[in-house]
Amino acid sequence: MPVPAIRIDAVTKSYGSFMALAGIDLEIAQGEFFGLLGPNGAGKTTLISTLAGLTRPTSGKLFVMGCDVVGDYREARRRLGVVPQELVFDPFFTVREMLRIQSGYFGIRGNDDWIDEILARLDLAAKADTNMRVLSGGMKRRVLVAQALVHRPPVIVLDEPTAGVDVELRQGLWHFVKKLNADGHTIVLTTHYLEEAETLCGRIAMLKAGQIVALDSTANLLKRFSRRALRLRLARPELALARGGVANDAGWVEFGFESATEIEPLLAGLRLAGAGLEDIQLGEPDLEQVFVGVMNA
Amino acid sequence: MPESFARWLANAGISAGFRTLFYKEVLRFWKVSFQTLAAPILNALLFLLIFSHVLDRHVTVYGDIAYTTFLVPGLVMMSLLQNAFANSSSSLIQSKITGNIIFVLLPPLSYRSFYAAYTLAAVLRGLFVGLGVWLVALPLVDLPLAQPIWILAFAVLGGALLATFGILAGIWADKFDQLGAFQNFLIMPLTMLSGVFYSIHSLPPLWQQISRANPFFFMIDGFRHGFFGQSDVSPWLSLGVVSACFAMFAILTLALLARGYKLRG
Ligand SMILES: Nc1ncnc2c1ncn2[C@@H]1O[C@H](COP(=O)(O)OP(=O)(O)O)[C@@H](O)[C@H]1O
Ligand SMILES: [Mg+2]
Repeated sequence: MPVPAIRIDAVTKSYGSFMALAGIDLEIAQGEFFGLLGPNGAGKTTLISTLAGLTRPTSGKLFVMGCDVVGDYREARRRLGVVPQELVFDPFFTVREMLRIQSGYFGIRGNDDWIDEILARLDLAAKADTNMRVLSGGMKRRVLVAQALVHRPPVIVLDEPTAGVDVELRQGLWHFVKKLNADGHTIVLTTHYLEEAETLCGRIAMLKAGQIVALDSTANLLKRFSRRALRLRLARPELALARGGVANDAGWVEFGFESATEIEPLLAGLRLAGAGLEDIQLGEPDLEQVFVGVMNA
Repeated sequence: MPESFARWLANAGISAGFRTLFYKEVLRFWKVSFQTLAAPILNALLFLLIFSHVLDRHVTVYGDIAYTTFLVPGLVMMSLLQNAFANSSSSLIQSKITGNIIFVLLPPLSYRSFYAAYTLAAVLRGLFVGLGVWLVALPLVDLPLAQPIWILAFAVLGGALLATFGILAGIWADKFDQLGAFQNFLIMPLTMLSGVFYSIHSLPPLWQQISRANPFFFMIDGFRHGFFGQSDVSPWLSLGVVSACFAMFAILTLALLARGYKLRG
């Protein structure tokens, strides 16, 4: 079996008496597109920071492509590209200078062909000689992505890369990241946009208060935790409420169900009672329901 | 100039990570050289003009050296030391505050490369400023160069000591005003009281003793020895003191960097 892209063994991180990471075990295989979800303060950034060597774990071990991020930090860092959550930049330099300098830190000389390719693919070529200071937020975000890629890391971690980024850029970015994944890069992603995680990620871990509270393939999570919804608009909704329906804000009565066979008797009963069906909708399960379900469990 | 300089370093076979960080640090002050080089040189020139106008005809040092002539090496060294400190400390605190410090923390740079790059770039800025002050002072005074090897030795060693001190301060401080306090309550008084503006032999005995507890005194006295061939204490003693201070702070700084003190939480 090939070495996992990321292995996290019993990692804790405490700040004083506060546990930001309360014992994380996680393995991510090479080539995965992995999502790390959780509410603000769950510990996503802290976990990424320990992986990147920006923070030392209080206990436990982390490996990138089999390399210990503390004991063998040089090899581990060569294999990891991190797009940080904060929109940081160095105001002294242009985009190209930044990427050349970043290449140099990784010991790579004459990286201009690859830099040009990244710039082109991220739609940054026209800004190559622009000072970082005057770039828009979205452009700065793209440069951070470019910086994470200069050393062609097999494992790429993106910490909320689309926070505060407009729709068009988000689409472009995801297209780019999907391509990286198709080329064999392992992708780990945190995001607040659950629909993005749902469409992109093959597997998802949900983090809450420094612990993993759900870990499964996206398909399984959707199956396991979320029910499909049948929504009805009725002349006499009280009859549906009496049968276990829940009124939503839009004036629909909602029933959860797992199998379509539950629908027929329900509708038959309502018809007999004379509830007066006016309209009908089916709601597909989504990650948001799973997320809310897991977090409230 | 920085581009060809980077090529020169590359050809010298020095680790690419260190080379790049050093190059970046040099480029950083070079790009704003008006503030980082020209301004301190102008500052020193103003000191020189004012002090020489007021004091030159009245004061001589070491018997027959005109005051202005005595003053110039002190000013050169003071500017060199302050700018070496300013370079490493301000670069680090800026990176910490803006968050772009992660650009040097994410790559596989060793803490030794980190230390060496920040120190050498700061020394280089100090040397540029010192050289600039010396050049603008040249037409104003008749400055001998008795033993230039001492000039070079104390310039580099003193610059390295202050650069190291700047790294310590830059790592430790969380805000600009903490760094300002460092500069105003430690570096400035110690430089001012180190004999930049006077020979300590002109002081009462007690103050002479106190001055000898100040490492800046030895840096400036030794540096001045290179120009005049005479000084308040032996340049060998000064060399010993400054080397010992440098070694002590370098070891401390390397140890803190190795632990990731304040940089890797
Ligand atoms: N340096 C620090 N000192 C103290 N607490 C911290 C520090 N860094 C993070 N935390 C705390 O750890 C928790 C997890 O933070 P973080 O990893 O940023 O969460 P997320 O990225 O999931 O939003 C938060 O409660 C945060 O306040
Ligand atoms: Mg975060």
